[in-house]
Parts: sequence; structure tokens; C-alpha cells
Amino acid sequence: MDFTTQLLIAAISAGTPLLLATLGGILNERAGIIQLGADGLMLMGAVTTCIVYLRTGNLWLALLATVAVTAVFGLLHSFLCVTLRANQTMSGLAMTLFGSGLSAYLGKPVSGIPLPGTSPKLHLPWLEPIPVLGPIFGRMDYLTWLSLLLVLVLHLLIHRTSWGLHLRAVGDNPATADVMGIRVQLIRYSYVIAGAALIGLAGADMVLAYAPTWNEGLTAGRGWIAVGLVIFARWNPLRALFCACFFGALDSLGFRIQLLGSTVPPYFLKMIPYIVTILVLMYLGYRNRNKPSGTPEALGVPYIREQRF
Amino acid sequence: MLTTSVEMRGIVKKFGTVTASDQVDFSANAGEIHALLGENGAGKSTVMSMLSGVYRADEGEIFIHGKTAKIRSPKDAAVLGVGMVFQNFRLVQSLTAAENIVLGEKSSFWRGGGYIKRKYQEIEELAKRYGLAFPADRPIWQLSVGEQQRVEIVKTLYRGADIIILDEPTSVLTPGEAEQLFHTLRVMRQAGKTVIMTTHKLKEVMAATDRISIMRKGKMIATLATADTDELELARLMVGREVTIKRRERETAGGEALLTVKNLEVFADHGRKALDNLSLSVCKGEIVGVAGVAGNGQKELAEVLTGLRAWKKGGIIFDGNTVKLASVRGAIDAGISHVPENRMKSGLAGRLGSVDNLLFKSYRSTDHSTYGFLKTGKNRSWSQELVQRFDVKTPGLDTPVQQLSGGNQQKLLFAREVSHRPKLMVAVHPTQGLDVGATAGVHELLMELRGSGSGVLLISEDLDELLQLSDRILVMYGGAIIGEKTHEEADRETLGMLMAGVRSREGDAV
Repeated sequence: MDFTTQLLIAAISAGTPLLLATLGGILNERAGIIQLGADGLMLMGAVTTCIVYLRTGNLWLALLATVAVTAVFGLLHSFLCVTLRANQTMSGLAMTLFGSGLSAYLGKPVSGIPLPGTSPKLHLPWLEPIPVLGPIFGRMDYLTWLSLLLVLVLHLLIHRTSWGLHLRAVGDNPATADVMGIRVQLIRYSYVIAGAALIGLAGADMVLAYAPTWNEGLTAGRGWIAVGLVIFARWNPLRALFCACFFGALDSLGFRIQLLGSTVPPYFLKMIPYIVTILVLMYLGYRNRNKPSGTPEALGVPYIREQRF
Repeated sequence: MLTTSVEMRGIVKKFGTVTASDQVDFSANAGEIHALLGENGAGKSTVMSMLSGVYRADEGEIFIHGKTAKIRSPKDAAVLGVGMVFQNFRLVQSLTAAENIVLGEKSSFWRGGGYIKRKYQEIEELAKRYGLAFPADRPIWQLSVGEQQRVEIVKTLYRGADIIILDEPTSVLTPGEAEQLFHTLRVMRQAGKTVIMTTHKLKEVMAATDRISIMRKGKMIATLATADTDELELARLMVGREVTIKRRERETAGGEALLTVKNLEVFADHGRKALDNLSLSVCKGEIVGVAGVAGNGQKELAEVLTGLRAWKKGGIIFDGNTVKLASVRGAIDAGISHVPENRMKSGLAGRLGSVDNLLFKSYRSTDHSTYGFLKTGKNRSWSQELVQRFDVKTPGLDTPVQQLSGGNQQKLLFAREVSHRPKLMVAVHPTQGLDVGATAGVHELLMELRGSGSGVLLISEDLDELLQLSDRILVMYGGAIIGEKTHEEADRETLGMLMAGVRSREGDAV
């Protein structure tokens, strides 16, 4: 396999957790609720996967538990933000702090114990002979396939269905949506919970694909990168795929260059993703300076029906 | 022949301690255009919001087509066939017109190409039938305000409303667009729909409606047939006192030149030429009105004069001095005050109280601060005095000004702008959205300024206002002044033609 193909494979595998978390964030924020709890949710997802997988030996049960646990976090976040109209930034930061603390505590007994298996791969023998595509798609993780499928499903959901229309309306102008008979609170609850579950899966994928063992603070801040990617992708699932792969590639590029026998100190190589991010942000900011940002108008604003204005 | 489609009995609604609607009875018939007339804050919108389910009535009963109706949410109202076009449009800016219209539709989950095409057709047919044209495939933020209103109306029709409520529909329209709207309303009446329109504009009520209900301070005062009444009676019922709608008497103007603008050329935000070779002058003790359809450079003219925008070519001489560069501070110090177009956007800071808002332009002076520290006690008593002098009704000096009514906000703004004795006031749409009483108050203030020898440049779209107040009226079109009339020669017709860009013939007094 040549360098480029290897890099592509690494990009997709490193990009999967970012993609899942970004998609989760998009669902949250399209409904108008800021999601800053991503890192805490990913940690909770990772630790739940580890505990349940080690206890039962059943990966699917572990993933199911992950979805359930992070959905509860999503429920809490939406209760705070939608029903109690708490400050969404504060609630998100609380999720992150709570998630990282709780995951460290719960993860103590399983810390450092290797998992019974890694992320299961879908083997497609008929694809393998094809150059480039074969090595990439021939043996890809189930979770990666799931994330790619989700990109398509969410894109169609948001832009081609009545549910998506309601979601966009609620995120942009809840008062209007309400007048049109759309149940704003219900929609916000649903998408915040679904988004949180997706972010939880991102954590599960990280622990399964990267390091098949639990370590405290395992995400190394990738939840925060996903928070940035949501904005980077301008709340669009298709762009999220591109952004996640791009960042995944940068993430693995430093490592690959090192393998090639470069003399550049590894600390500099580790900076690459962040430096490139800044450059790309500057370029995109310049190019899109006259376009609407795509930010849901009502992002961060709680909705109260009988408010005089 | 006429059947009562809406009946409201004994409706009471309280917001905290304020009774917005006090035992209101109201009824409207199918096949009529019914106006709900009243000043701002009279409770018109509140009553209509209860009919459309946005607010819930504390007391009272509503009957739709003779049956008791429990309207608890906009959804309930929609089921009963009640649709409302709000003053602040209920449209999602990022969605297309068509998407907004089908937003409430529950029927199909999948919204592919075929569905969209079918909907475009349906919407287009409906729009055509009622004389409402707009591009259905463009996002709302790209449409003009008039087009957005049409989308709103088609939306209510699409949802099968036969009782259509329009809240202050003409406040955002040009005279031409308003005429078009009335045509649409007449088509609706023909189709047997109940059209209810809230407004405070007497002329429109007389021109476009069949019956008129008048509200004042939360109470229903009277319901009259339009044919049996006139503007004067309506005005009296509406405000409870006579309001003259005649031209204001005055001494002849004729001071020395205060402001001279020569051959000004200004570019707007996206490189479009906004002012093109514009010249005008304002004398001391003179009100110069600037008429014109919105978007012909009025906004840029006001910005240049108040130092908010730089100019490319031409010169400005103010009070004998040549203005060299655009500076807001320079304009304030020179004695130019500014009543901006959108008082809550660039006039006042909504969450701050009256004291802070009053201080914005004068906090630097030694009367109000020493070495950068505000003289709190002195500023408070100064503010108290201004609030009393300008009759601003506010619960307290620290109440956020966004909680005041539009009229009181405008009075507060005037208090600040007049308090430092300006030589020139640039007032842009100073009475927009104000009721009759508050409008009269603003007009009084402008006349007082004139009387004290200040110049006023009054930019407005309201021709009646311009005719009442101005000594001279200039008409702006395409970034230039294309006509000038003294108050004796000015009338609605000629001004209207000039506003539409029809130049006076050669040899006319221009």
C-alpha cells in the first residue's frame, strides 16, 4: 500500500469518531440548542462501552448501553435548556465537567484492562482487488459504515423530509414553528437526545478503534474539536463528512511523517492539525465573508410562548 | 345575507397588573373587511392574538360560526379556520417561501422533487387568484418586506383559513403596495372570507373597509359602518380628543443657510452608488422634508450627515464650516442630532435604563462626568427632569427602555437629542409605528425646534406628515433630488409622481 492510501485509511478511521460527534452536534444545534457537552458525552460513551463490554463480553450490548447512558445525559441537557431555560453554554460545560469526572470515577476498575475485541470490520472480498477503493472500503469498521450511512440519512432527513423542515424551522424561528402547529419543545427534546446518543457512539468508536482499553481522559479533547467542526461544516452533514476526514487526515499525517524518518521533532508534527485548522479557517472565512453563516438563528435562545415583544 | 363568523364576548386579558383587554366584545361577518382601529397599545393586537391562539383569554367566550370555540393554541385556531398575518412576520428566514407555506402540513414525510414541484404549482395558482406575486423558490431573507407579507397571506390562505386577521398590514408597505394589498383583500371578501385588519391609519380604514370597530385603552368603544362615518369622527373616538390633521400654522421661514450639501456622491455597502450628485440646503428655522420610496438613498443621506458614512465626492458646509471627514463625534460636537430610522437598533440600548440612554451623547461633558467618572446623583436628577419635561411614561428611571411603548421610547430619544440644543436635527421616519397621540407629540417637538431657530431635515415616507410639517419638500429618487416644492405648491399627487420617478416637465417650477 502506498503512502496516500495508508493516509486515507488512517484519515477515515481517525475521522469516524469526529464525524459521529459532529453529526450529533449538528442535530443538537439545528434544533437551536448549543452542545458544548460533547467531550463529556464522548468520555461517558467510551467508559460505558468499556465497562459493559468487559462485564458481558457482548459488544452490541455495550453499544446499546452507551446509547442509553448518553441519551440520559441528552435528556438532562434538554431538560435544563428547554424546560428550565437554563443558560445553554453553562449546561453544556456542566455536561463536559460532569462527564469527564464521572467517567474517570466509573472507569477506575477497568482502567488499563484490554477489551475482548476491537471494532468489528465488515469484510467485502469482492471490493479488495480494486486499487485504492479496495484497501479503503474492503475492510472498514461497522461503525464507520454507520457514520457514512448517517451522513446520507441525516442529509436527506434535514433537506428532503417534513421532519427536517420542522427541525430547520424550530432552530431558526421557534415562534413561527409554534404558530404553524409544530411542537417546538418535543422536537428540541428529541434531537438533543438523539444528538447526545450519537456523540456517545463517537466515544465508543474512539475506544474501540484507537486504544482498545479505557484510560482517563481518553478523548484528548476531541469532543471540543467536534464542537468546532459543527461550525466548520456550517451545520451541514455532507460538509461534516469532508471536515471530519480532513481533520482525521491531519491527525494521522504527523504520525505518518514520523514513520517516514523525518528529523522534524514530533512536537512540531503534532501541531500540524491545529496550524492547518487555523489556516483553513482563515481561508474559508475570507471566501465566505459575504455568505450567510448558516447558523440556526435561534441557537442558544430558549423559547417562551407567551412572551410579549 | 351577512352571517356572523366571529363573535367575542367579554374578553379579558391581563399582563401582570396591566389590563390589555377589558371586557371586549367584537364581532365580524363573513364577506366583509372589518377594521379594528385604535392607537398603539389600545389592545387591538392583544384581542386578535387571542382569536388566533397566541394568547389565552383570562375571561370571556369566543364563538366561531356560531359555535363556542376553545382556542388554546395557534393550532386550535388553524383548525377553526382562523389565520393571522402578524406585524412581525412569522416566517423562517432561511427557508424558501414555499417551504414556509407548507411548514405546518403534516401529510407527507418524504419531500422529494415531485412533491416540491406540485407544491410550487399549487402555491402559484393560489397566489395568482388573489393577486399576490412572489418568487416561491427563494429563501425569505432575499425577499422584500412587501413580498414577505404576500407569502404570509398566501400561507394563511393555503392553510384553509376563512377568517383572516392582518395586524397593521400597511405599516411596512409603500403606498403602491398598500393599494395592491387592498385589492387582494377585496378579492378575499368576494370569496366570502372574513377579513379583519388592525390599523391606526384613518385614511386606509375609510378607503378599504366595510365596518370599523374602535378600541381605546383596552376597551371597545364603538362599531360603525364605514359609509356612515368620517375621519374626524374616527379620530375623536380613537384618541378620545380632537386631533387636528391640518397643516400646522407657522411664521414664515427664512433664516440664513445652516447646511449646504453640494454634488454629493456616496457609495452604499455593496459598492452600489447610493447618492448621485445630490445637492440640498437647510436654513435656520426651517423644516425641510425629504420624500421618497424607501431605498432611494435616504438612509445613506442621513448617515452621511450624522457622520456615520464617508462620501466620495462633493462637499458639506455646516454652520459656516466645511466638514472634512465623516465623524460621529464631530457631528455631535457640531450640533447635529440624529433620530435614526430604527430606534431600538441604533437609537437606544434596550436593556439599559433611561438614565444611561439619555447620557449616551453628553456623558463626556463636565456637567455629567469628571475625569471619566460619572456624576451619578446629578445625572439621575437631570434624567428625572428630562423624563418629566418630555412626558416619558416609565415605571422607573432604571426600567429597561425596551419595556416602554414605542411612543415613550421615541419621546426618550427626542429628549436626549433635543437636550443638547442641536442646530440641525436629522429625523428619519420619526413617527413610524407611533399612534396618533405620540405622533402629534413628536410633531410638536419638531415644530418647537423650528421655532427656536434650529433646522430640521425630516426624512419620511408619510406624505401627510411631510405636508403638515415641512416648509419645503424635496423628493429623492435614485440617489438624487429630482424635485422640490414649497409647502404652498406641494400636494400628494405631484409628490407621488415625483416619488415614482416621473420628472416634472421642463419649465415647471422645480
